[in-house]
Amino acid sequence: MSRQLDAQAGHGTGDFVTINIGPSHPAMHGTLRVVALTDGETIVEADPEIGYLHRGVEKLAENLTYHQFIPITDRLNYCSAITNNVAYEMAVEKLMGIEIPDKAKVIRSIMMELARISDHIVCVGILGVDLGAFTPFFYLFIQREELYEIFEWYNGARLTNTFGRIGGVEADLPEDFEERWRRLVPNLRKAIDETDKLLTHNRIWMDRTIGVTAFSAEDALNWGFTGPCLRACGVKRDLRKDEPYYLYDQLSFEVPVGKHGDVFDRYMVRMIEMEESIKLVDQLLKIYKEFGPDDPLMAKVPKVLKGPEGEVYAAIESPNGELGFYVKGDGSDKPYRVKIRPPCYMVYQAFPELVKGEMVADLIACLSSLNIIAGELDR
Amino acid sequence: MGFQAYVGQGWVLSKLEQLINWGRSRSPWPLPYGTACCGIEMMAALASGYDMARFGAERPSFSPRQADVLIEAGTITKKMVPVLRRIYDQMAEPKWVIAMGACACSGGVFRTYSTLQGIDQVIPVDVYVPGCPPRPEGLIYALLQLMEKIKQDHPLYPQLAELKKGV
Amino acid sequence: MDFQERVKACVGDDLVSMTEFRGDVSVTVPRTRIVQVLTRLKEAEGLKFDFLSDLFGVDNSALGKGKKKGKKEDEEAPAAPKPPRYEVVYLLLSIEYNHRLMVKVQVEEGQMEVPTVTSIWKAANWPEREVFDMFGIRFKGHPNMKRLLMWDGFPAHPLRKDYPLEGEGEERRLVYGDA
Repeated sequence: MSRQLDAQAGHGTGDFVTINIGPSHPAMHGTLRVVALTDGETIVEADPEIGYLHRGVEKLAENLTYHQFIPITDRLNYCSAITNNVAYEMAVEKLMGIEIPDKAKVIRSIMMELARISDHIVCVGILGVDLGAFTPFFYLFIQREELYEIFEWYNGARLTNTFGRIGGVEADLPEDFEERWRRLVPNLRKAIDETDKLLTHNRIWMDRTIGVTAFSAEDALNWGFTGPCLRACGVKRDLRKDEPYYLYDQLSFEVPVGKHGDVFDRYMVRMIEMEESIKLVDQLLKIYKEFGPDDPLMAKVPKVLKGPEGEVYAAIESPNGELGFYVKGDGSDKPYRVKIRPPCYMVYQAFPELVKGEMVADLIACLSSLNIIAGELDR
Repeated sequence: MGFQAYVGQGWVLSKLEQLINWGRSRSPWPLPYGTACCGIEMMAALASGYDMARFGAERPSFSPRQADVLIEAGTITKKMVPVLRRIYDQMAEPKWVIAMGACACSGGVFRTYSTLQGIDQVIPVDVYVPGCPPRPEGLIYALLQLMEKIKQDHPLYPQLAELKKGV
Repeated sequence: MDFQERVKACVGDDLVSMTEFRGDVSVTVPRTRIVQVLTRLKEAEGLKFDFLSDLFGVDNSALGKGKKKGKKEDEEAPAAPKPPRYEVVYLLLSIEYNHRLMVKVQVEEGQMEVPTVTSIWKAANWPEREVFDMFGIRFKGHPNMKRLLMWDGFPAHPLRKDYPLEGEGEERRLVYGDA
């Protein structure tokens, strides 16, 4: 057996060492664990173990009413809680057959794009920190604080927003929202530009990221990749374009696509998506201005929500990829079964394939670039 | 008479204790152990803007052996319990624990089969920070409270007991 | 031909039932034929379900218990034959045509084994392990049929409807140290 492994690793003495990385390891984001068989610095085999943050969310959903489950969805992907809320609400609205007012759609889209920016900031910032570039993290996090303040201003919470209600949104945007956004945009652009200047053409950065854990488009589809990780492999797939929900078919934006599916491409896709999201918010605010202050924010929803017997699946493009909720109703006020389709679950299961034959240090780079959020990974 | 200086509130001893407490309370190096949502708020507290380093938590120590304060931010599942216990055991004395967030304090909203209902079932906790998640200000306030607690400590009592036995 | 007819033609004799709810089409096929059906759906012209979006289990044993009782005809009606307790649902997606399909197999309590689809999509690897972890349904031919989320040696399957939300105290068998 060892001879065969020798051949896989390409070189080395055949003295294999099994190393355990995580779950308490600064680069493993708290709750991930990888057991790797190494030959010198090269990884021969990697076996990720998950479940260290399995909180029983799906079981909990069966014991809460439709409304009560919204705050729990915050805690799935806690870097962009708003997209989780909206995805769940969308699934329940589809189950109940509720059509939400246009103004609520616009407000939801605006908040989702802001959440996308803040999620990508975390991913890019942490990727930098894990590879030894600390400064971009600080530059980006100043702007992230501003985004948090906007969220807090709108609905009173920084991180776990519990945004929206089933059937619409709870409140209109604050009056001078646009003004505040205009103030934020130049700073945000500047922070992204400076990160770009510091990292993208940096020799060390390029050496650490280009060609590392490259993945082909065919493999990516076979493994169920979605979102930035799939786009980095060269597949132009974005649910906002391909299965447009809300008003995304009226907006113009680019879907960035990579070529090699390596760490650098994933980083670049996220950087460009931040730019695109800023543009999207501008367009959405233009649409938002056409609505009057008295336009409805909520559709007509019964006081006690009772899901009909049936099952639906609704998905949106979350910052990490396709985030879907399967909701099955049985006529009572509680969902019978909720299944969450977290985007990074599918990405992370390809991890052994991704890091095979790479260096141990590249494992860290790969893990950060995939943006694995333990909350939605383990649920 | 010579013994007086070592017993109880003796002058030399209390000044020595004050000195030790001053040193310990002014540099509580944290072990940031963020497992879930609270970890993101802890990052915000450590990053620019809130900058927890102002209060002496200058160097986030990712190795338990060089840390003074375990900041447990986030849910601990039953699968994670042996890991947490081991990290705590690896920390050198003196050590303190801040339980950040509702999950670490009491299990929070996750009253389910896989979630530990509060880390105080496994390790002793000095300061609880409620909130889901608490704001960075909350964490900083907890750190300040912990500093107050450290100042009232009696680090030389164990040695004193040894001395008394000798006499 | 519209979408449902194409699916019907493709599934052919293996079709047990077909339903539509709010635009989501779902087909039920026999447990033992799932690999053949999914292979056909993946390759069929005009359907091309080449992407496995998700795979999960459902426990149907408590279905209908949440409804209010008290209607007389409900109580007096003869008990219908009980449908199989578990379901495994495959969510398929076609990248080319952008349409989705739910494929279900029903699993009886005595025969908790379903052929694996990891040979078609590698993406089925972890979801199948999760279904085993949560419901106890085994997948025949799976390369690594172990628990995924709960720890090894966990005695129960938590997402079954008869398992209590707060657990049964299994963790007491864990070694917590002296605290």
